[in-house]
Amino acid sequence: MSLGPYASFIVTSYATAAAVVAILIGWVMIDYRNQTLRLRELDRSGITRRSGRSATDRP
Amino acid sequence: MTLIDLANPTRFLALTARVLPWLAAATIILLTIGLYQSAFAPDDYQQGATVKIMFIHVPNAWLSMFVWGVMSVASLGTLVWRHPLADVAAKSAAPIGAAFTFLALVTGSLWGRPMWGTYWEWDARLTSVLILFLMYLGLMALWRAVEDPSRAARAAAVLTLVGAINLPIIKFSVDWWNTLHQPASVMRMGGSTLDKSFLIPLLVMAIAFTLLFVTLHLAAMRNEILRRRVRSLQMMQASRVAFSSEVGTGSREESASKEAGAA
Repeated sequence: MSLGPYASFIVTSYATAAAVVAILIGWVMIDYRNQTLRLRELDRSGITRRSGRSATDRP
Repeated sequence: MTLIDLANPTRFLALTARVLPWLAAATIILLTIGLYQSAFAPDDYQQGATVKIMFIHVPNAWLSMFVWGVMSVASLGTLVWRHPLADVAAKSAAPIGAAFTFLALVTGSLWGRPMWGTYWEWDARLTSVLILFLMYLGLMALWRAVEDPSRAARAAAVLTLVGAINLPIIKFSVDWWNTLHQPASVMRMGGSTLDKSFLIPLLVMAIAFTLLFVTLHLAAMRNEILRRRVRSLQMMQASRVAFSSEVGTGSREESASKEAGAA
């Protein structure tokens, strides 16, 4: 596979796309971890939802 | 499971827990196939190997508009039907849409430099997509600026629907004005002008990026629901603390007045 004289433009395009997608995936995963940690902390301190279920409960 | 069932955030969380692993796997498989096909697609007789940039530029350009379309439908859900998840859907789609629009602009510039001789030209297509990117940033700023989520949701929904006017302008800008950007070559009357050797990898990449959006959007919606639960629980915690301190102050004042009376 030869990328020709404009290889740097092609590689930069794919690298930028990979970096942005990686940032999006990282943001979603870190945010999920942060929110579940905060919910568990609240749960441990006795703050529960009106339904009485734990905030991290699923049906 | 109907759409009404999904209005319940707890049921929605259960659904995302089941669906997300499958969506992520399908995205990875399709992206791998698409990247393989893109890598081994033949060079274009005019563009040479730079045609490979199209396989990521075009899906991102499509998604930049598609995500705003999703947000517009969600905004209708917020304003008309007051669907509990509509605002969550719109808010969590905005950063993803902004990222796709950013990628469309950057990869377009990187293709433009060798092909047009310039990174940027203030033509109708490029300018209208830049405006779309700025609107995404504006919406994200609005959601951050207003503390009450329901008030922010209504303002953001109105802004999103007004901003949807930009979508047909982007789509038809290449027909309405004389632009440096070429006219549509895939979605056009009379069918695609692309050869199969380019069209197939492009469509595979487009489906892969769309699946990536759906996966990230569901995950971001799940996070937003959890964030709102954290917020409501923290408010509950704060009100309990305030109530107990009020009760404490009240009983101290009561005992102080009794002591004064006794004296």
